[in-house]
Amino acid sequence: MEPFLYPVTGGALIGIASVLLLATLGRIAGISGIVWGAIASADRRWRWLFLIGLVAGTALMHIATGITIPAEPSDAPLLLIIAAGALVGLGTRIGNGCTSGHGVCGLGRLSVRSLVATSVFTTTGVVTVALVRHLFGGIL
Amino acid sequence: MKAWLALLTGLVFGAGLALSGMTNTVKVLGFLDVFGTWDPDLAFVMGGALLVSLSATPWITRWVRPLLADAFSLPATQSIDRRLITGGALFGVGWGLWGYCPGPAVASLAYGYQSTLIFCVAMVLGMWLAGKLHLITSRLND
Repeated sequence: MEPFLYPVTGGALIGIASVLLLATLGRIAGISGIVWGAIASADRRWRWLFLIGLVAGTALMHIATGITIPAEPSDAPLLLIIAAGALVGLGTRIGNGCTSGHGVCGLGRLSVRSLVATSVFTTTGVVTVALVRHLFGGIL
Repeated sequence: MKAWLALLTGLVFGAGLALSGMTNTVKVLGFLDVFGTWDPDLAFVMGGALLVSLSATPWITRWVRPLLADAFSLPATQSIDRRLITGGALFGVGWGLWGYCPGPAVASLAYGYQSTLIFCVAMVLGMWLAGKLHLITSRLND
C-alpha cells in the first residue's frame, strides 16, 4: 500500500463520520465541543457515546489492521504536557473549535470563519514547532 | 437509535484517526515541522476528510431537518473577531507543543498511556478555565 493511502483513507473515514453525524443528529462533529458538552451540557448522552466510540474505534482499527501503536513520548517534562493540554482546552473553547469542528466540518460548510481559525491554529502550531525544535532546540 | 448512531459515528471517527496517523504525535509534529524535516503525509488526512465533507455537506444542509432530530444545530456565529483569532492561536501553540489536538487526544486514551490521560485532564481544565475567565461568548447547543 502506498504510504499516503493510510492518511487519505483515514481522512475519508473522518469525513464520513462527520457527514453521518450531520445527516442524522444534525450536529457538527467538533471534538472539542463534544468533550466540553459531555461535561457541561444538558444533553450529555449522545456525546459520551460518541467519545466512547472514538476510543473504541481507535482500538479496533489497530486490532483489525495491525498498524503499530504509537509509542508514548517518554522524556517530556510533566509541566509541558499540562501546559500543552491546557492551551488546547483554553484555545478551542475561546475560538469555538478545533481541527475537526473548524477544519473538517467548518471548511466543509465553506465557513470563512472556520477558514480563518484553521489558518491561525496551523500557523501557530508550525511556529511553535519551529521555535521549540530549531530556535530553542533541546530545552523542551 | 440516536444513541447507537452517536456510538457508530464515534467508532468510524476513531478508526479514521488511528488509520490516518493523527494519533501519532511524532507524525503530527513532523507535519508541523515545515522549517525542519517536513513530513507532509498528514496533509492527506485533511484532503481525504474534505473530499467527503465538501461533497456531502452543502447537500445535507439544504434538507429541512436531519434524519433523527427536529433541527440542525449549526453554529450561528459568523463574525471573525478577536476571540476566534486568540483562541485559534492558543490552541495551535498547545498543538505544536505536544502533537495532540482534541480528537486524537481522546482517541489515544485507547493506548492506555498516563501522559495521554494527563493531557486530557489538562485540556478539560483549560476549557473550564476559559469559562471562568469569561473568555467565551457562545453557548452550547443543547
